[in-house]
Amino acid sequence: MVALLATFLLFFLIPILWLLLAPSKTTSTLVSSNPYSFGSLGNLKANWNALFDFQDGAVQTWLTNSIWYSLAALAVTLVVTIPAGYAMAKMNFAGRRLLLVASLVVMLMPTSALVLPLFLEMDQVGLVNSPLSVILPYSFFPFGVYLTYIYFSTAVPADLIAAAKIDGCGDFRAFFHIALPLASPVVALVGFFSFVTNWNNFFLPYVMLPVSDRYPMQVGLTQLLASTPNFNPVVSPDAAVTPPQLALATLVAVVPVLVVFLVAQRYLVSGLTAGGTKG
Amino acid sequence: MPTAPRSRPRAGSWAPRNGHLFVLPYVVLLMFFGAVPVLYSVYLAFTDGDGRFAGLSNFTETFSDFRFVPAVTHVAAFVLIWLIALTVFVVLLALVIHRVVSRRSRTALRFAYFVPGALAGASSVMLWLFLLDPSVSPVSTLLHQLGYDKFTDVIAPGHLPSIFALVAFWTGAGGWILVLYGALNTISSEVIEAAKVDGAGPIRTAVSIELPMIRKWIVYMLILSFAAGTQLFVEPQLVSQASFGIVPNDYSVNQLAYQYAFTQSNFNGSAALSVGLLLVSVVCASVFVARGRLFETD
Repeated sequence: MVALLATFLLFFLIPILWLLLAPSKTTSTLVSSNPYSFGSLGNLKANWNALFDFQDGAVQTWLTNSIWYSLAALAVTLVVTIPAGYAMAKMNFAGRRLLLVASLVVMLMPTSALVLPLFLEMDQVGLVNSPLSVILPYSFFPFGVYLTYIYFSTAVPADLIAAAKIDGCGDFRAFFHIALPLASPVVALVGFFSFVTNWNNFFLPYVMLPVSDRYPMQVGLTQLLASTPNFNPVVSPDAAVTPPQLALATLVAVVPVLVVFLVAQRYLVSGLTAGGTKG
Repeated sequence: MPTAPRSRPRAGSWAPRNGHLFVLPYVVLLMFFGAVPVLYSVYLAFTDGDGRFAGLSNFTETFSDFRFVPAVTHVAAFVLIWLIALTVFVVLLALVIHRVVSRRSRTALRFAYFVPGALAGASSVMLWLFLLDPSVSPVSTLLHQLGYDKFTDVIAPGHLPSIFALVAFWTGAGGWILVLYGALNTISSEVIEAAKVDGAGPIRTAVSIELPMIRKWIVYMLILSFAAGTQLFVEPQLVSQASFGIVPNDYSVNQLAYQYAFTQSNFNGSAALSVGLLLVSVVCASVFVARGRLFETD
């Protein structure tokens, strides 16, 4: 048992360890030195500078785009999702169950299934290459609605809301003054999953945003890959990205999510494992 | 991942209109970024370039494309290997971690296995391109022992389904281990104790008690992974870019649909392929919502 656990621990973590170390090397020490050793801070700095000089600061543009798309979508998602999940849990209205079932079906579908249909739609309305073509689809987040629905169904007693209503509180006041102050755990959970999903999304922006200025970092990586001689022999030497620089770019692309993972570990585990409560 | 409620919302006589206002923005998004693209694709799939009804011709044209059967075969091989790996190793690891005595080790192991999940999408593929390149890989000794001295040896076409399954497993297995671990936690300790008293060893307990009780969650994992696997795109797209043309850019069905839209400007053919893939996803998800009973919809 210990051997099994240890083998898989190595399998899952060695790649991460390598990714943390590779940017501190040069092209030649990446090949010649011990893969589990640290290169030097000087190399790291040189790789950093070269990476951010690539195509006059393209990497910085892509990172800014990633932040902008993810955070804009996050804001819209929260504003749309929290009231919807609350209403589905605590209010009665015609079509409630239909909406819930539809949300579940879409939530269980892989997001990539909608990418080309979304592209065909956006192309028709002329939004291709506009940031809206990714921000708006990102903001449609049925999983977040379902999480909110579950949260308000279980964690906020119906009596609490009912009591407020007896005291003359309308639906809107009940939501803003009672439900919303209690909602911070689910806001964090929905925010976490929305940010991670959107930051890591590749297929949708790859299709929607064909111009380099609009790329998010994940798509920018493909451009760097195309400029790395190891993986593309026809690249001209002066435009080249070295393998340690490409590794650094990969690391930079995942650092925000990695940080959120470490900080929000507890939320994350509860979000994923709460699924088991019904068994 | 889904969660399940313990209590149902209490039925009241609240004004129905306010409920509609609360969900209105969400319904608008659901319409424009869920329903409309699907319906528009269906429309395109059944019409020709001039908007005339085309019957099934877009489907027959794309399905008889010489690239279609290979693409389906590639995706099927990848999905099969991936699902077997998930079933065997995710279930095994969840059971084993659940038996680790130290609480701290259990938490640390679950988290460590989950960390690769941060590298979804292009970044995990990028990292694996390095790991599979014998000249820079941290496991180059292993690759050399297997007889692979060059990157192009490793990414030989026959290896690709296994390589894509490896990358997908590395990224996603940890999340599923968490889900199954959570499901194992719900089995009452009395049941396990009773089995022990009756003389059941750890393997017998796992096979006769734990596995049947988490079966639903294993099925859930397999259905969702199957639907996601049929959508294969990022992995072959990047490997094809980095493989000096060894891997074609129409390796998977989704890539083929992409080629139809972007290099052939045949949106109707692209829509036909997308609708086919969409159908697989919708059927998987609907069957599970209707029959799985894992999700509260009342």
